[in-house]
Amino acid sequence: MKSILKYFSEIFYGVKSLLGGMRVTGSYFFRPSTIVTQKYPENRDSLVMFDRFKGEVVMPHNEKNEHKCTGCGICEINCPNGTIEIISKMVETEDGKKKKAIDKHIYRLGMCTFCGLCVKTCPSNALAFGQEFEHAVFDRSELIKVLNQPGSQLEKGVE
Amino acid sequence: MENVLNSTVEEQQEYIINMGPQHPSTHGVLRLVLSLKGETVLSVEPHIGYIHRGIEKMCESITYPQIIHLTDRMDYLSAHINNEAVCLAVEKALDVEVPERVKYIRTIMAELTRIQSHQLWWASFGMDLGALTCFFYGLRDREKILDIFEETTGGRMIVSYNCPGGLMYDIHPNFQTRVKEFISYFRKILPEYNQLLTDNVIFHERSKGMGVLTREDAIAFGITGPSARASGFSCDVRKHEPYSAYDKVKINEIMYSAGDTFHRYTARIDEMWESMNIIEQLIDNIPEGPFFVKMKPVVKLPEGEYYQRVETARGELGVYIISDGNKNPYRIKFRSPNFSNLWVMNHISKGNKIADLVAISGSLDLVIPDIDR
Repeated sequence: MKSILKYFSEIFYGVKSLLGGMRVTGSYFFRPSTIVTQKYPENRDSLVMFDRFKGEVVMPHNEKNEHKCTGCGICEINCPNGTIEIISKMVETEDGKKKKAIDKHIYRLGMCTFCGLCVKTCPSNALAFGQEFEHAVFDRSELIKVLNQPGSQLEKGVE
Repeated sequence: MENVLNSTVEEQQEYIINMGPQHPSTHGVLRLVLSLKGETVLSVEPHIGYIHRGIEKMCESITYPQIIHLTDRMDYLSAHINNEAVCLAVEKALDVEVPERVKYIRTIMAELTRIQSHQLWWASFGMDLGALTCFFYGLRDREKILDIFEETTGGRMIVSYNCPGGLMYDIHPNFQTRVKEFISYFRKILPEYNQLLTDNVIFHERSKGMGVLTREDAIAFGITGPSARASGFSCDVRKHEPYSAYDKVKINEIMYSAGDTFHRYTARIDEMWESMNIIEQLIDNIPEGPFFVKMKPVVKLPEGEYYQRVETARGELGVYIISDGNKNPYRIKFRSPNFSNLWVMNHISKGNKIADLVAISGSLDLVIPDIDR
């Protein structure tokens, strides 16, 4: 008799536990406000990333096409993967002195691990993280970027 | 020949099959060579090294601040705690005392990391046992923590938030409100986890009494973390050797004595509650002040050996640095929790069925990149 009771009580508790789980999933069925899914490619226009999001390294330029990079090479030294390469040139300033300036600030996105050391250690805050995250390209060579815009110059007052 | 034809599968001798390296329930590229008799597991032989990247060797050629981005990629689910371990070791070597603010933020971030790691573990553990709904619910709640990480650190899993001497950036102004929002949200959600999986009768049948690990074996195999505490081995580094701000909070060490799959599961669920308690003790009291100590541009450790251990989501992580006075370490060794936890698998899954092996390996919560490094 006891074993029969135990048998049926086990069935009862088994069904009860299963229904308990189903109640959770079922309750979400009637609470559409809890949906968190985003329709990603469709919501591109309204999608805003967090302001600190590490999408890619960029070099902000002002409206006069000037950047703050002096070509000191600290980002190049600090990068753990050799992502950054700085090619510098000598330019003549207005008072006739020769000065080092960047020719190309090469950034290899394919090698970057987004550790943030280049942005953090830059003494003149020339680098920043951009919000762009759709980096898929058809050819690997497109991932090698030159961060300073063509014809750009060093901002006045940055040493 | 006649003998073979007349015998059934049950009567035949043991045979050997491969589980992995591309098996969904090994959660990575882990290859298990199983020796079976019928459906019963006779022995499990893990073969590792499929995702070996030589992180320890790579660390020998880069500077100390640069090591952070590699430890992120060891145990990607406790990335912040791994980073903290290296930073604490370097700070110990240089005798640098970081500001209180740094300690508080590091502790809060570490506990958030622990919660999100356990959430993902709960999600995938449910999926291993055939409860696919768990996977969606676990990842849905984990997203909230990842958003907190993304807002403050810029990264979701690979946070790179620590640096020797403090933090990379200060916390985001929204950080405290978001964390509090998350905790009040998750306190309501965790009972749902219990309703869904913990109370489920099928789950009980599949986990209770499976893969029993005794306390003695846990100590002998060097098991740490929730897996060991479920066997009654008190090994919480946060309690026994407090680092960061753990000496300022009250921690309940989650202990069970049964040591089977079910108790390894409940230990992790209880750790999520405990982590929320720890965060609540700290979140309102973050002291004002600087978020880093000014370090020299090139960090050079004095000659010697340094060791620091921390409690990651899976157990005890040890960082052992030998320095010869240069800017990069002479040798660095990580004592990773997953590597030690893996080798107990053969011991505790002997005699169980092959389907239960999935449950047992899931309850050990292995992260393969941390095993291979």
